[in-house]
Amino acid sequence: MQVTVTINGEERSAEVEPRTLLVHFIRDDLDLTGTHWGCDTSNCGACVVLVDGEPVKSCTMLAATAAGHEISTVEGMADGAELDPVQQGFIECHGLQCGFCTPGMMLAARALLNRNPDPSEVEIREAIAGQICRCTGYSNIIRAVRWAAAHEATTTTQGA
Amino acid sequence: MSTVEPPPTIGYGPMKRKEDPRFVRGQGRYVDDLKLPGMLHGAALRSPVAHARIVSIDTTAAAAHPKVKAVITGADLEGLGLAWMPTMSADTQAVLATDKVRFQGQEVAFVVAEDRYSARDALELIEVEYEELPAVVNARTALDAGVPVIRDDQEGRSDNRIFDWEAGDAAEADRVFDAADVIVERDMIYPRCHPAPLETCGAVAQMDPVMGQLTLWTTTQAPHAHRTVYALVAGLPEHKIRIIAGDIGGGFGNKVPVYPGYVCAIVGSILTGKPVKWVEDRAENLMSTGFARDYVMRGQICAKDGKITGLRVHVIADHGAFNATAQPTKYPAGFFHIFSGSYDLEAAHCHVTGVYTNKAPGGVAYRCSFRVTEAAYLVERMVDALALELKTDPAELRLKNFIRPEQFPYPSKTGWVYDSGDYEKAMRLAMEIAGYDELRAEQAEKRARGELMGIGISFFTETVGAGPRKDMDILGLAMNDGADLRVHPTGKAVLGISAMSQGQGHETTYAQIVSEELGLPSADIEVVNGDTDRTPYGLGTYGSRGTPVSGAATALVARKVRERARLIAAGMLEAAPDDLEWERGRWFVKGDPEQSKTIQEIAMAAHGAGDLPEGVEGMLEDTCVYNPPNLTFPFGAYICVVDIDPGTAKVQVRRFIAVDDCGVRINPMIVDGQIHGGLAEGIGIALMELIAFDEQGNCLGGSFMDYLIPTSIEVPAWELGATVTPSPHHPIGAKGVGESPTVGSPPAIVNAIIDALHETHGVDRIDMPCTPSRVWEAMQGNATPPQ
Ligand code: FES
Ligand code: FES
Repeated sequence: MQVTVTINGEERSAEVEPRTLLVHFIRDDLDLTGTHWGCDTSNCGACVVLVDGEPVKSCTMLAATAAGHEISTVEGMADGAELDPVQQGFIECHGLQCGFCTPGMMLAARALLNRNPDPSEVEIREAIAGQICRCTGYSNIIRAVRWAAAHEATTTTQGA
Repeated sequence: MSTVEPPPTIGYGPMKRKEDPRFVRGQGRYVDDLKLPGMLHGAALRSPVAHARIVSIDTTAAAAHPKVKAVITGADLEGLGLAWMPTMSADTQAVLATDKVRFQGQEVAFVVAEDRYSARDALELIEVEYEELPAVVNARTALDAGVPVIRDDQEGRSDNRIFDWEAGDAAEADRVFDAADVIVERDMIYPRCHPAPLETCGAVAQMDPVMGQLTLWTTTQAPHAHRTVYALVAGLPEHKIRIIAGDIGGGFGNKVPVYPGYVCAIVGSILTGKPVKWVEDRAENLMSTGFARDYVMRGQICAKDGKITGLRVHVIADHGAFNATAQPTKYPAGFFHIFSGSYDLEAAHCHVTGVYTNKAPGGVAYRCSFRVTEAAYLVERMVDALALELKTDPAELRLKNFIRPEQFPYPSKTGWVYDSGDYEKAMRLAMEIAGYDELRAEQAEKRARGELMGIGISFFTETVGAGPRKDMDILGLAMNDGADLRVHPTGKAVLGISAMSQGQGHETTYAQIVSEELGLPSADIEVVNGDTDRTPYGLGTYGSRGTPVSGAATALVARKVRERARLIAAGMLEAAPDDLEWERGRWFVKGDPEQSKTIQEIAMAAHGAGDLPEGVEGMLEDTCVYNPPNLTFPFGAYICVVDIDPGTAKVQVRRFIAVDDCGVRINPMIVDGQIHGGLAEGIGIALMELIAFDEQGNCLGGSFMDYLIPTSIEVPAWELGATVTPSPHHPIGAKGVGESPTVGSPPAIVNAIIDALHETHGVDRIDMPCTPSRVWEAMQGNATPPQ
């Protein structure tokens, strides 16, 4: 079947089997390999993307179900050379090591900041609770999200 | 908004990582990201049972699937001489089962198809008839009479024993125990757990039949060692094999062994003439690849006048169906004989028996230097058990028994020579950060209110950085590492190392080592790792070998280049080499610092047209192989505070204080990050992670729904401290740190749980993982060990 989605603002189509998972569609058919996968049971969150702005485990959704929706992946976070503050925060605060969980973590963080620009430590912990990082022990991910929140707050004030 | 560019980072310090920009953009190059023209996909059929004779395999229907290109069985591999491969412990392991299956999840057949879904569809079409045999699941009874022999493929074998090994002086230990006034004994299990990196294992194999060249992109922590194994297995010369590890999504020891899937991908590529990708799913990763620990231990500790005098241990080590541990040949129980820990004992002795069972092969070091984790757990549990018996504060007991700073280098009773340490300083710092006395007061108050709070301590000493070639090898290969450094005319440099990052940030840290030694900005130094065509030989990154071995090679090669630069600078400055002095980044004439040449100027001159001093070769490059004279001995003091819900028995780690001494710190930001990650894994091991089996040998930990990994909710905000006691024999005084937190944290957590429950519930022992149900059972007075 033909599946068409808007991904990172661009309309993309591919011919896939009806059973194709969204994560495989994104990686294998659209060649956007920044979205990872790490489990068979929807536990790890390495595959998190935003569907219409909400974090979704893309291994838990069929490509067909995503047809016609807006998808954001890690490849769409930066604006050219300009990184999203969440991306910058992960670099500044050593929020990543192997980088495998990182795209999913950053997208969950992006969605959190979009609805709550000033999240507390506990709110950040809850927002990423469905995702596993095997490397960082989470503290620096939380600091990274706080860094992004603080940075966005300053840029907004400066811009106003 | 204008930003001021910060000055370039030179040398050590908390520098941001060079690898991060590609990762935050989703531009990492993990093996499953690779797509080659015409690439096919492989999938493995696995045994549903733990122990069975294979009666027949019918692949007709699978082979007839329209998208299938090849179906491979053990019989096919036998024809090629590839049905068995050597393990890192010089045992053999079936690539695809021929005679029997020996654990649930063992590879039986391999399908190569046009896409990954079709490959898995075709697995369902393969018919295998099994004649089931009784499974040997319990290591404690694996040596009993009448138990089936698992490895009947080995000629003359009549039981399931792999090895018996001991260290220390048994007679001397007996004498010390006889003279003691208190002896405490504990049975404990370090249960089977799994490194479970977030990226599973996989490979893309491409065999070029014309050139006879094999390229393998693969998840390996030890690219060069793997290449040698493939050369041995396939009979290909090493220069015709190129291993590329790319980016690796975590390893933690899981990516040290060679797995059957890699070999099958290679065979698939040979048979089809196309590149073949094989990437395991999570169930395959947890059920079939290198597990860790699985030590059943009986420890005895004795003391006289409050001084610890002796330690004795008996261990039954469950290695699964094939002995696929990856540890130095001479040490079948790894470095378990560091179990006398941080204490100045009179005698110590251990006896370890390794056995085969019908479980997945391995015994890899999950974020651990070859069984140091099991050793640290044993001694730190035993010291706490003694403290309970003596009714002494566990911190006091430790402080009283530590090896003292002036005793270093300290020859241990089991044959190690500890390089350096100041244990009391680290312990007191941890107690200060924790507010130890206040915590004890809080605990007493809470206890009076019926609340359960525990404070647990562990003080560990590790032995890492294997190792000296006179003592250590894997498969006959010396455990040394190489480094190649090439400084280009414009002062930009490339460093090739045999270590392989799995997230540790080698591209940053190793650049900083060169930067410190040569004064080039770190940004100007590119570090290459994980490509056997572009890096020197060496055994890779595991067992905290990175900084102790490869880091040393890096510092030494940079010093060699610096000496070459001195000769060239002497020519440029028309001075004698001995009259020059080094200041980071330049050679200058002693007493006349204006007369100097920067390393960049020297690099250009080294490649330039002018004459060089007599006997000096052009260019600015060198190579080095580092053979460590001794291991390094990082240590640390950890304090854990837990709260236990009296109604549900759920343990929450409220605080975790970690003081680590890993010698000189190259990049403190990365060091702290390593500690954070290892502490989280330690919490996982202590509270959640378990690969269990039922009586038939069915694996009960084959998914992330059953094998539980800590999330952001289960871990606290870490509280770190540091002391720095340089290693006297390491070129930069560094000791290695990646594994300390996983080694040190589980005993602190378990000690905290016992501390919380001892006075009120009489609990004096409990085994990991301390899940609510297990803690509840202990609170009711019937703690059960894991299966
Ligand atoms: S791949 Fe693990 S949750 Fe999607
Ligand atoms: S950085 Fe490796 S899993 Fe998160």
